[in-house]
Amino acid sequence: MSTTTPRATRPRRVSRRAFYATALVVTILVAGGLSYFASSHPDGLEHVAGQTGFLGSADDSPTADSPFADYATRGVDDTWLSGALAGVVGVAVVLLLAGGLALAVRRRGRHDADDADGTDDSRDTVDRRVG
Amino acid sequence: MHVPDGFLDAPTSVATGVVAVAGVGLALRGARRELDDRAAPMVGLVAAFVFAAQMVNFPVGAGTSGHLMGGALAAVLVGPWSAILCLSVVLLVQGLLMADGGITAIGTNITLLGLVAVAVGWGVFVLLRAVLPSRPSMVAPAAAVGALVSVPVAALVFTGLFAVGGTAPVALGDVATAMVGWHSLIGIGEAVVTGLVVASVLAARPDLVHGARPLLADARLEIRTASGRPTTTPQA
Repeated sequence: MSTTTPRATRPRRVSRRAFYATALVVTILVAGGLSYFASSHPDGLEHVAGQTGFLGSADDSPTADSPFADYATRGVDDTWLSGALAGVVGVAVVLLLAGGLALAVRRRGRHDADDADGTDDSRDTVDRRVG
Repeated sequence: MHVPDGFLDAPTSVATGVVAVAGVGLALRGARRELDDRAAPMVGLVAAFVFAAQMVNFPVGAGTSGHLMGGALAAVLVGPWSAILCLSVVLLVQGLLMADGGITAIGTNITLLGLVAVAVGWGVFVLLRAVLPSRPSMVAPAAAVGALVSVPVAALVFTGLFAVGGTAPVALGDVATAMVGWHSLIGIGEAVVTGLVVASVLAARPDLVHGARPLLADARLEIRTASGRPTTTPQA
């Protein structure tokens, strides 16, 4: 395929910061709003366990007395608010943990990249000398 | 598909725990290569979105529901190793804070929703990306198919674990049929959500979609050569 028309550089439609902010708002709306409309039917595994007869072997979670157990905030009576709070708290915790983990992993990677850059620089110097 | 405590016996739970630890260990090393400055905040956001989306059970008929597992979605957005880290964080927070999924079952859940779903989702995606025309518009459909396949395969792997370490005497054929059947339906929902989310991110910031990068690199090269000469350099 030899095209003759140069493809124009597609302009970036949103800045990175705007993208991240939008993604975060959407995520909070899903956790705090859309989740209210979630189906309360058992999920696939639970349904199959009930249907085939091994649901009884499930134990209660040791964290069943967590203040956010079953995506409900203890002490908050309003169903929507209770679920929304638990959802938003969960989102915040996951965001911090996963983001922090990624930052920690990335920094080490970046250090390695710095080393690699050093090697590249020296090779560039050699190339320049040769050229 | 969050496995509660008690479905699987202790040896099986320990074994999946070992598999999960090994998988996360590998992912920590592998993610280093995937994570540049751009991808690091994406990992946090993708994990948070998967957590949020997993709260939204959608009905799949006959009194059953399903929700996004997110393995394929995360893998296409941030890369497979980082996706394993995303899913592991989500499952830990769900198990410890929300009492969703057991505690002795955390290894099982990370194995199924983290390792298996990510590996299958990413594997199918990469296969399709190689076969389909190399255009960015193929990324979302390929991700959707990866998502579609990942859910029943994870269900099948659960059935395998149940065959080895199930605590209740239940006909395995019935469990396998029901698990794969229901999770194929849930997989359709997984595919729709994954396709829509990947397409949205692609439309806004294609450079933030890990699975689209090889295709974008081609396009970038095209632009550079086109400014000098009207011919394109074929990329191996």
